[in-house]
Amino acid sequence: MRSDRSQSAPLGLKIAAACGLLFLHLPLLLIFVYAFTTEEKSYQWPPPGLTTQWFAATWNRPDVWQALSLSVQVAAISTAIALVLGTLCAAAVSQTRFFGRETISLLVILPIALPGIITGIALRAAFNLAEIPFSFWTIVLGHATFCVVVVYNNAVARFRRTSGSLIEASMDLGADGFQTFRHVILPNIGTALLAGGMLAFALSFDEVIVTTFTAGQQQTLPIWMLEELVRPRQRPVTNVVAMVVVLVTLLPILAAYYLTRDGDQIAGAGK
Amino acid sequence: MTSAVSFRKTSRHFGSVRAVDAVDLDIVPGEFFAMLGPSGSGKTTCLRLIAGFEQPTAGEIRIFGEKADGVPPYRRNVNTVFQDYALFPHLNVLDNVAYGLMVKGVGKAERRQAAEDALKLVALPGYGARRPGQLSGGQRQRVALARALVNKPKVLLLDEPLGALDLKLREQMQEELKALQRRLGITFVFVTHDQGEALSMADRVAVFNDGKIMQVGTPEEIYEKPQSRFVADFVGSSNVLPPDFVQRYAGQRRWGSLRPERIRIHRAASGDGVRARVLAMHYVGAATRVALDADGQRLHATVPTGAMLPAEGDEVILTFNRDQLHLMDGEG
Repeated sequence: MRSDRSQSAPLGLKIAAACGLLFLHLPLLLIFVYAFTTEEKSYQWPPPGLTTQWFAATWNRPDVWQALSLSVQVAAISTAIALVLGTLCAAAVSQTRFFGRETISLLVILPIALPGIITGIALRAAFNLAEIPFSFWTIVLGHATFCVVVVYNNAVARFRRTSGSLIEASMDLGADGFQTFRHVILPNIGTALLAGGMLAFALSFDEVIVTTFTAGQQQTLPIWMLEELVRPRQRPVTNVVAMVVVLVTLLPILAAYYLTRDGDQIAGAGK
Repeated sequence: MTSAVSFRKTSRHFGSVRAVDAVDLDIVPGEFFAMLGPSGSGKTTCLRLIAGFEQPTAGEIRIFGEKADGVPPYRRNVNTVFQDYALFPHLNVLDNVAYGLMVKGVGKAERRQAAEDALKLVALPGYGARRPGQLSGGQRQRVALARALVNKPKVLLLDEPLGALDLKLREQMQEELKALQRRLGITFVFVTHDQGEALSMADRVAVFNDGKIMQVGTPEEIYEKPQSRFVADFVGSSNVLPPDFVQRYAGQRRWGSLRPERIRIHRAASGDGVRARVLAMHYVGAATRVALDADGQRLHATVPTGAMLPAEGDEVILTFNRDQLHLMDGEG
């Protein structure tokens, strides 16, 4: 391995890297291009003409708004649940020692390691068994299973870096549990929670598999898009929605990335 | 008189580990009290019992006469300077110092003034706007001290506060802490494993071992009249002499303690005194430590720099004043 970073990489490696990046991102670009095509029944290359009429068409489709609204609500509530449960769980695992601590840590992370289809089938079977009708809340529960993991992972990493004696120092100076949480714990884990929350929101927003198993008649945005693809009517509307989804999910993920990166720098500066 | 802190048969057991075991202790108001002992001897647990981070499993604790067991840390009028200082990284120095007043609901202007005054007290005026991360170790130590003192505690607890500082800074802080304690008149309880630190700073020292207090006394008492082999050995690494050896030179069959600096070495093959052979010499700056073998008994003597030194392998005669061989009670 070459440690000298100023050395330029060989040409072959550069080409390979460029090809890899193109392979990853060219299809995304295609989706963007098709959002402007004049051909509505099939994806024809090159597009016969360019138009912005699909943006207006999308805007006027009530089913798009319904699906979007449902997705936002599901994501917001799952994220809220995950923030509370994930933080509490991370606090318990990192601040105290108790029997079965490692097991609990593993069990919390497991849902994200399991294939979504397993989580979906398991939840569907459980809901059936308990005779819970599929509804908005069953979708929220399904999404919360993996949102909790994301928040937990972020929070537990930050808790580990936060010295336990800070909490003791706060109590020693006269702060009760609530004051300690508000003035010491929250400021120290705040950015981690924000990052975890944003990732959780983004994950929930584009979730398909678990949703198909836990939804009743409701259509979240990703489910709506899948259905649209098999129905050849106003196809570019799907592309317009896809474009918006990419932008909407990309921004929180970028923000989360920058927030946690800054957090690292703050923590490092204290040493 | 009411004790500042009193322990009555106080224990803190963690499962089968007896971190603190039936300890009786009285700390006098206004004194500088050191808890000295090797790591794991229970001294830090004792401190945490006073602070309220641990609760006793048996016995009771009183702070200025008030029963303290069961009282959470935030309702005790004691404050702690932590070993790692535990400054809040997200607050600047002034807000760190004012934290205790803030959570008690003291107004902003008043607590800022109090925090500024506390920073002056520890010789850090004008550092309020800085972040803890921008301070040196010694400065952080002072901020931690100011943050505790601003609450006007009845007892200030210090958990090895000088452990992370380099030697020169440590000596300077020792003097400052001592002067500060004299000026404020607050009871200081200081935990350390450094016997030099305990002897030089404290009014009284408690020597801990295995969750028990081995001896409490003034530094002179602890150093000159250790009651047990452990204290003699741990404080100033005395020569702990077995009863057989002591009987030969002091006439009594008891364990004895003889300080290395009390032994005089004579370069002679015969004469009155203890015959010994020089095994090794260790130069330590102000003195030289001489390892000796007196007929199977290992001894250490220290010779001040500048005095005549024997050579390794020399046969020498050791003398000491009879009253400087301190006899210890019982089994030791």
